[in-house]
Amino acid sequence: MSAAFEIAAAATGVKGNLGAVAYGLAAIGPGVGIGLVFGHSIEAMARQPEAMPIIRQNMFLGFALCEVLALLGLVVPFIFSA
Amino acid sequence: MSNPSTTAIIASGCHITPSGCGFPAPGLNSFNFKPIFSIGSFDFTKPMLLALICMLLVVGFFWAAFRKPKLVPGKLQLVGEIGYNFIARNIAREVIGKKGDKFVPFLTSIFFFVWLMNIMSIIPLAQFPVASRFAYPVALALLVWITYMYLTFKTHGFAGGWKHLTYMEGLPKPLVPLIVFLEFLQNVITRPFTLAVRLWANMFAGHMLIVMFSVATWYLLTPSIMAAFSGASFVLAIGMTAFEVLIQFLQAYIFTLLASLYISGALEESH
Repeated sequence: MSAAFEIAAAATGVKGNLGAVAYGLAAIGPGVGIGLVFGHSIEAMARQPEAMPIIRQNMFLGFALCEVLALLGLVVPFIFSA
Repeated sequence: MSNPSTTAIIASGCHITPSGCGFPAPGLNSFNFKPIFSIGSFDFTKPMLLALICMLLVVGFFWAAFRKPKLVPGKLQLVGEIGYNFIARNIAREVIGKKGDKFVPFLTSIFFFVWLMNIMSIIPLAQFPVASRFAYPVALALLVWITYMYLTFKTHGFAGGWKHLTYMEGLPKPLVPLIVFLEFLQNVITRPFTLAVRLWANMFAGHMLIVMFSVATWYLLTPSIMAAFSGASFVLAIGMTAFEVLIQFLQAYIFTLLASLYISGALEESH
């Protein structure tokens, strides 16, 4: 993996840890996902305030499932550096 | 007992000017502690001490609250009942339904244990989230996983249990092997893994953020107008601490919510 990084760094003239860039890329998807989850939940709550408890519970569920993708991106460097 | 990297930074008096030393970025060494004492090759470290304290606090609090339950609750019993009812109504009853009543003690202990372990992150002198050492969330997730597996096989029997874990009705024939494989991966392996990783990585990242801004506050502190950056960093450290309070509660809630979701999945009739 580090060899690929070195080649990429030499080609672009970028210095520093490309893992940080990779994590930035990995965070795009979960970012969009969490935005969708919260956006639609707030819309649903505004439309039907009486259904708020069940919406909030499902909102946190969807949030947790999206969030774990970003967190896996955080974990992966520790797995591959070993 | 204190953190080796942080003490090293404070002792070295490392600032951006005039010595111009590089930024001592906090890393994995912020999570390793010198053992308080050792028995043979077994090292007793600060996270273990904090986990023990949390366990004693949870057991002690609920024992004190419900030791002599009265019809008209006293102050301590009232607080205990609020905590218990929060889990019973918002999580167990809503997710599992009526069958969930007997799992409320299990879920309550998990919730308060995880929450206390997370809160240790911002308590002065403790200031370390126990769950940011991977073994602690893994142990909790294993507990949930064993409960999940036991309930699945108890409700559906051995063959029915495997069918419940891996099979879906109404699939086109060619897709069946693929879906069975994916469902097995999802239900048996990914679920406990993500349950542990979610708690661990949240606490890890949160602690790292607070350490990062605290170290930066000290590093940028210089006798010039640049000290304003140090002040900004300090404000951010306080802000991150406040944000962590929210995250800590949320993670304990999500952990319990997912545990109850798995339990309800194991209990429901096969479809």
